[in-house]
Amino acid sequence: MADAAVLSSDPALALKRAQQGQSYWRRVWQRLRDDKMTLAVIGVLALLLLMVIFAPWFTVHDPYVGSVLRRLKPIGTPGHWLGTDEVGRDLWSRMVYGGRLSLLAGVVPVFLALLIGGFLGILAGYVGGVLNSAIMRLTDVLYAFPSILLAIAITGILGAGLQNTILALTISFIPPIIRISESITTQVRHLDFVEAARASGAAPLTIMRYHILNNVLGPILVYATSLISICIILAAGLSFLGLGVTPPSAEWGLMLNNLRQALWVSPFVAALPGVMIFITSMCFNLMSDGLRQAMDVRL
Amino acid sequence: MTGTRDIPLPTADACAPVPVSARSEVAGTGASGGRTAPLLHVDNLTKHFPLKGGLLNRTQALVQAVDGVSFNVLTGETLGIVGESGCGKSTTARLMMHLIRPDGGTIAFDGRKVGAIEHGLSHRDLHRQMQMVFQDSYSSLNPRLPVVMSIAFGPFVHGLGRSAALKRAMELLQAVGLDPLLFANRYPHELSGGQRQRVNIARALALSPRIVILDEAVSALDKSVEAQVLNLLVDLKAQLDLTYVFISHDLNVVRYISDRVMVMYLGKVVEIGPVDRLYRDPRHPYTRALLSAMPSMNPRRRTVEAPLSGDPPNPIRPPSGCRFRTRCPFAEQVCEAVAPLLLAPPGDALRAVACHMSVPKSGHSRAVAAVSA
Repeated sequence: MADAAVLSSDPALALKRAQQGQSYWRRVWQRLRDDKMTLAVIGVLALLLLMVIFAPWFTVHDPYVGSVLRRLKPIGTPGHWLGTDEVGRDLWSRMVYGGRLSLLAGVVPVFLALLIGGFLGILAGYVGGVLNSAIMRLTDVLYAFPSILLAIAITGILGAGLQNTILALTISFIPPIIRISESITTQVRHLDFVEAARASGAAPLTIMRYHILNNVLGPILVYATSLISICIILAAGLSFLGLGVTPPSAEWGLMLNNLRQALWVSPFVAALPGVMIFITSMCFNLMSDGLRQAMDVRL
Repeated sequence: MTGTRDIPLPTADACAPVPVSARSEVAGTGASGGRTAPLLHVDNLTKHFPLKGGLLNRTQALVQAVDGVSFNVLTGETLGIVGESGCGKSTTARLMMHLIRPDGGTIAFDGRKVGAIEHGLSHRDLHRQMQMVFQDSYSSLNPRLPVVMSIAFGPFVHGLGRSAALKRAMELLQAVGLDPLLFANRYPHELSGGQRQRVNIARALALSPRIVILDEAVSALDKSVEAQVLNLLVDLKAQLDLTYVFISHDLNVVRYISDRVMVMYLGKVVEIGPVDRLYRDPRHPYTRALLSAMPSMNPRRRTVEAPLSGDPPNPIRPPSGCRFRTRCPFAEQVCEAVAPLLLAPPGDALRAVACHMSVPKSGHSRAVAAVSA
C-alpha cells in the first residue's frame, strides 16, 4: 500500500510542500494582507515608530529649548506649525520626542507582562492542581485593585521616573494576562488533540510547545495588543499625576498636564498631546481587532 | 534509547508476525485456537472519580466509573466493547492508554506489566505499542496544524527526524486513502468528518502500534461514510497485523467488526464472549435486553415494547449486589445480597457471564443446572 507507486506523481514536490507546510502564521499574514483597514492602521503605527526613532530627522527645533517670547503660539504659526507650549518650546518637536517615552511606557510593560503573565498563565492552565490554585489566587489578590490604583501605589512607593513607571505598569498588567492565558489554556488542554498528543508519548513541555502554544498564543497576543492602548493612557495618567516621567522630559501625558493651565488661552494646542494619545491607542485597538480576525483560522 | 529506534513503515513486510508471548492463558477468557496468548491483560481495573464540592473542595462522593474490570485482548482479534452511555466504556479506553491514572488494577502488555519497575513496560513504550482513535474527529486534531503535522508528531516525538517523520506521515495519508498531494497541508476544518477520522486513524498508526483502541471511532459519521471507514479499518487490520479494541454503542457495527464482544453495565463487565454465540444466545439479561433493542432490517423482527425501562442507576451509589438488579426482570434476593462474579457458564468455556442465573446452585430460582462432567 504505502509503497513507492503512491508518491510517484511527484514525491519530492509533495514532501517539500509538506516540509515547508503552509504554516499557520503565513496564512494569518495572507488574510491580513486583504484587510485594508488593519494594514492602514499598521502603516500609521509604523510611521509613528519611525518618526519617534528618527526624531531628529523629523523635527527642526530642539524640544527642550524654549523662549518666553514665543510662548503659547497658536496652531499655524510660521516656523511652529503646531504652535508652542507654555515655555515656548516647539510642540511638534515635543510631540515627536514625547512619543519616545510614551510608546516605551506603553509597549514595554505590556510586552514584559505578556512574557511573565503568559508563561505563568499557560503553566497554571496546563499543570492545573495546586500550582494553578497558587498562581490564580495570587493573581486574584492583585486583581482586586484597579490597575491604575495599583500603578499609582507602586510608583508612589518607588518614586517617579520612567523605570518605575514601566515596573508599576508591568505589575498591574500581569494579572489580567495570567487570567486570560490560564482560561484559554484550560479550555485547550481538555480537547482531544492534547490527549492524543499525550497518547503518542510526548513529554508535557513538548506538548505545550507544539500543541498548546499555537492555540493559545493568538488570543493572548490579541488581548495584549488591546492592552497597549490602555497602557499608554495609564502611563500618560501617571505622568499627569506627577508619578511618571518628570519634567522637562517630553511625554504626552506630562505635556497634557503642563498645558492644562493654558487650556483657556490656546485650547487647540493644549489638546494636541491628547489627540496623539487618542490616535495611537485607537490604532493599537484597531490593530488588535484586525489581528483577531486574521488569526481565527476557522473563518 | 527507544527514541532513536527506527520506526518501521506500515508495509505488510515490515510488520512481521507479532511474537506470541510465553505467558500462559488466563482461565475463563480463552478463545478458539490460533494465537491465543493475550496481547493485553487487564486485571481488576478500577477508576473512581471523586466528586468534589463544598466549601473546602473536599471529596463528596465517588463516581464508580470503572469498577474491577478484567479482560484479555488476544493477539490479532477485535474485541468489541458495548454498553449504554455512561457505563464506563470510554473510561476503560482511557485507562488502558494510561491517559488517566487508574485507582487500582493492572494492565499487562505482551506479558509485561505497564508501569512496573521490574520487567515493566514504561508508559512511553506502551504508547508506541498501543494507540487510540477518539470519537470527536474535529477536536482530536489540532486546529492550528496542517493534518500532516498532526500525523508526523508522534514519530517526531519518538526521535524520527522532521523530514523523515513528514515523509512517513505522507505515506500514512496514502494508506488511509487520502491523497497526500491534496490533503497533507489542509487544516482539520477543511476536511469532512470521514476524512478527518481517516487522518485520526493515520495518526494512530504513525507509531506502528500493535493494538489500536477505537473509542466510538465511527459513531459520529453518517452511515455510508461509516461503512467506508469500517472497511478501511478491516483492511488496515489485515495488512498491518493489528489488534483492535472497538468501543461502540452500535450493536450492528460491533457485530460486523468484532471477534469477541464485551458487554459493560455501570462500570462492570456483565458478559464477554465470541460475537456469534453472544449475539445468538445472550446469557445475561442485560445483554438480552440490549440485543432485543437492536434495530433490525427485518420488518418481522420489530421491537414491540421497550425491553428495558428507565435509566441506569446513579454510579455514585450503585445498587448492592448485582448492579443490574434494579432493572432486571428476574431479580431475586440473592441478586441484592451477592454481587455475581464473571464466570464461565456451564458448558461454555469461551464465555463469561456475571449473573446468578448462569451459576448452578447460586440461590437463584432460575439458576441453570450444572453440567455433569
